[in-house]
Amino acid sequence: MALREDTDPKLAEYAHPGRLVTTEWLAANLGADGLVVVESDEDVLLYDTGHIPGAVKVDWHTELNDPTTRDYVDGAGFAQLCAERGITRDSTVVFYGDRNNWWATYALWVFGLFGHPDVRILDGGRAKWAAEDREMTTEQPKPATVEYPVIERDDATIRAFKDDVLAHLGQAMVDVRSPGEYSGELLHMPDYPQEGAVRGGHIPGAASVPWARAAAEDATFKSRADLEAIYQQEQGLSTSDDVVAYCRIGERSSHTWFVLTHLLGFDKVRNYDGSWTEWGNAVRVPIVQGPERGQA
Amino acid sequence: MTGEESAQGGSGLPPQLAELVEDFADVGPKDRLQMLLEMSRELPPLPQRYADAADTMEQVHECQSPLFLAVEVTDAAEDPARPVHLFFSAPPEAPTTRGFASIMHVGLDGEPAAEVLAVPDDFYTALGLGAAVSPLRLRGMSAMLARIKNQVRTATTA
Repeated sequence: MALREDTDPKLAEYAHPGRLVTTEWLAANLGADGLVVVESDEDVLLYDTGHIPGAVKVDWHTELNDPTTRDYVDGAGFAQLCAERGITRDSTVVFYGDRNNWWATYALWVFGLFGHPDVRILDGGRAKWAAEDREMTTEQPKPATVEYPVIERDDATIRAFKDDVLAHLGQAMVDVRSPGEYSGELLHMPDYPQEGAVRGGHIPGAASVPWARAAAEDATFKSRADLEAIYQQEQGLSTSDDVVAYCRIGERSSHTWFVLTHLLGFDKVRNYDGSWTEWGNAVRVPIVQGPERGQA
Repeated sequence: MTGEESAQGGSGLPPQLAELVEDFADVGPKDRLQMLLEMSRELPPLPQRYADAADTMEQVHECQSPLFLAVEVTDAAEDPARPVHLFFSAPPEAPTTRGFASIMHVGLDGEPAAEVLAVPDDFYTALGLGAAVSPLRLRGMSAMLARIKNQVRTATTA
């Protein structure tokens, strides 16, 4: 049973207002039947230092990824992860985390691969909750294990693989890494090899829009008008475009995927999770260096 | 702790670091994470002379969260063993990085320069944190050690 949507006026401006909740909404709904709050952070220990009461933790490194193959958990693994956290297929799952909800949107995107129906982001994430002096606890909830069905992962709708990106060249693409990563100037220091890729630069034609431009100072998402000014007016993207977003391993780009899909209402956005750690190591794929988009 | 007699005892690690590695190895992955959390709370605050001059510290870019470190090597005239002192700065919202820094501090602070340089670059694998923390995050720890050693090397060969 899904919880009622947050009717906050700022959220109402977005394309899919039901995908966000405010800190006020969450504070008022904590403990409600059918609600599971999930914290997902960059730092694997941050949840343990204190979290929203009742929230469970999902760690992307150790829990959303397959430990052997570079891939996400499969349907059975996902079912177990949810079941252990008290998440049923009907649960309203609200994600929040550190760093402007970077990892929270990543977790939400992975839940999206399994089509979990009701997933939402706490606007402002951990930082806003803490800044408002709302309650935090170190008490770990012990949810009773529930049933979650084994759902086959859908790798076609919101996920792109390298071959999909090769076929996509010439169409809309967003590189959400920092300008230095985009241009191919390496950020490494002498004696410290740049990790992860043997070539620097970006995929030809990709627009450079660092992911955090979508976040406001208080870690909430910028208003719809401000987001449209960036992605639509400045970058010339259109909601009917077929868009691929990528970064280094697909985490920062899931934030942009969320912004384009749910806040701006783009019809078709896929996250290329192989991202630069695959493309920058692949043999004979086209690469552009420097600040210009270049041509596919 | 048996102090001097176990120094360099087989593991090639300074005694405090060897003891830490043993403590981590003795417990299961969940408890290791808990130990790391406790260590993150014990990282000493930065002395004022660094707090006032953050730009004199070296950033460890390989860590996922901002970490700065400073290394002081005692003058040979003062102490021929040239003990090394370590200072770290990492924000409270980065407990894993603070935990790694705390391991370095407890394990290496006050050790002679030669002992620090002799720590195997892959010592951290023996902590058994790979499964609980993920290998990617552990790279921050190896980078920290590499940068500490580089500074010690520079100071002792100058």
